[in-house]
Amino acid sequence: MLDINKIRADFPILNETVNGKPLVYFDNAATSQKPKVVIDAISAYYQTINSNIHRGVHTLSQLATDAYEVSRQKIQKHINAKHAHEVLFTTGTTHGINLVANGFSKFVKEGDAVMISAMEHHSNIVPWQMLCEREGATLLVIPMNERGELIIEEFEKLLTDKVKIVAVNHISNSLGTINPVKHIIEKAHSVGAAVLIDGAQAAPHMHLDVQQLDCDFYVFSGHKACGPTGSGILYGKEAWLNMLPPYQGGGEMIKEVTFAKTTYAELPHKFEAGTPNIEGGIVLGTAIDYLNAVGLDNIMAYEQELLHYGTEKLLEIEGLKIIGTAQNKTSVISFNVGDIHPYDIGAIVDKMGIAVRTGHHCTQPVMDFFQIPGTVRASFSFYNTKEEIDALVAAVIKAQRMLS
Amino acid sequence: MQMRIKEIQDEIVDEFSMFDDWDERYQYVIDLGKTLPLVEEQYKTDENIIKGCQSKVWLHGEQQGDKVVFTADSDAILTKGIIAILIRVFSNQAPADILEADTAFIDEIGLKEHLSPTRANGLVSMIKQIKMYALAFQAKN
Repeated sequence: MLDINKIRADFPILNETVNGKPLVYFDNAATSQKPKVVIDAISAYYQTINSNIHRGVHTLSQLATDAYEVSRQKIQKHINAKHAHEVLFTTGTTHGINLVANGFSKFVKEGDAVMISAMEHHSNIVPWQMLCEREGATLLVIPMNERGELIIEEFEKLLTDKVKIVAVNHISNSLGTINPVKHIIEKAHSVGAAVLIDGAQAAPHMHLDVQQLDCDFYVFSGHKACGPTGSGILYGKEAWLNMLPPYQGGGEMIKEVTFAKTTYAELPHKFEAGTPNIEGGIVLGTAIDYLNAVGLDNIMAYEQELLHYGTEKLLEIEGLKIIGTAQNKTSVISFNVGDIHPYDIGAIVDKMGIAVRTGHHCTQPVMDFFQIPGTVRASFSFYNTKEEIDALVAAVIKAQRMLS
Repeated sequence: MQMRIKEIQDEIVDEFSMFDDWDERYQYVIDLGKTLPLVEEQYKTDENIIKGCQSKVWLHGEQQGDKVVFTADSDAILTKGIIAILIRVFSNQAPADILEADTAFIDEIGLKEHLSPTRANGLVSMIKQIKMYALAFQAKN
């Protein structure tokens, strides 16, 4: 069980007021708020050990390098990767996907196929489209049903040995659907396709076990999981990372440089060119520690409670329709009220201190599927409360009254 | 005689000064949206659409005598209300006056956030488009 008051006290921003009202932050799927331990760790890094890593002989550089590598090991343990060098630091999910999609030029040839799903974020669409355009490959899309669930039979029909990689999200950012990724991975492997899982929406909410999933790549962002902006992880199986060509050239990723030829460094450094976001990498470890101290099982259980409460309360509003009603979903509620534009609702509830996301959530194909311009999205985190959901419901009712 | 742009802006600021709370101001904006001279269907084309990430705006301008007359529409009600205010200010004015005018009065009526370039509701682009029409008609004359 969570001590919600104690948890809220960990997040200084929750004491802020917005437009004269106490902040109700329901835009967690866009980015999470940061606990004080994370904020303090950022400051502590700069105040005590700031220096460049992996190259200095001086003590400070050694301390910073150690902290960075300790964080990598923490994350390795957290996602249950076999080796620490399978954990690459990135600037976030988008960076990780681009790195893999670029490298896959090596494995995707004309006439091959790349598969994504109908509920991907633009970041997990565009890099694959670019890959297909570069190589003359076809982009296949796993369709979804009216509830916002992937149609697995259709996935299996689309899957042939032409497919070189399947890239799907673990959890949809606009619908909240938890996808059956284990099954998808198994099936994809049976035709020899690699699988990348976009875990941006999963990392903050659930236990991750990349070995149990058997995915080839797993990416997520630190900023959605209580960590600093500009930090992120690309997990890749050692064999794949060895086969993938380097993404960016520069310092740190080399073993030896002459003008004739450069040989690349070992993993993970081969993919970590230039000075990385050192503070981000270190403090992402702090954020993971924090989430584990609260307990991801506790987080999941409490967020499910918020999801059920929020769903029930919001559905009491006349004309309110929830978009994304999968059996298996996380604490994301995307909705519309009658034919009121989401922008109007978002702007009015904002005046009451409530932060929701409105628009297409960078998933235009999902909105096209449901034939809507966008949704209002309330995404709950473990520091939110039922009282805050009540405030949202009251605000939406007020908006509805004003707008009709 | 047609009021000058500045006079209309002052008049609008005056109207909004009657309200104490944001909800009264917003309600007034919503009501003003209902007075917006709507774009005729034939002009509701892709060419006339100003895409924001959040809401769409259609704008059409035509020359009537030495004035530019605007009609518009939006799929969001608040956006429509703000368009109605902007059209009231800029429509039926001479191109030179339109080009000279600014929109600082929006701050005074407490709607600044809707005209922020980061809001992605199409309004900032709409003002640019209004000025483009004015510039085009001025060049033509």
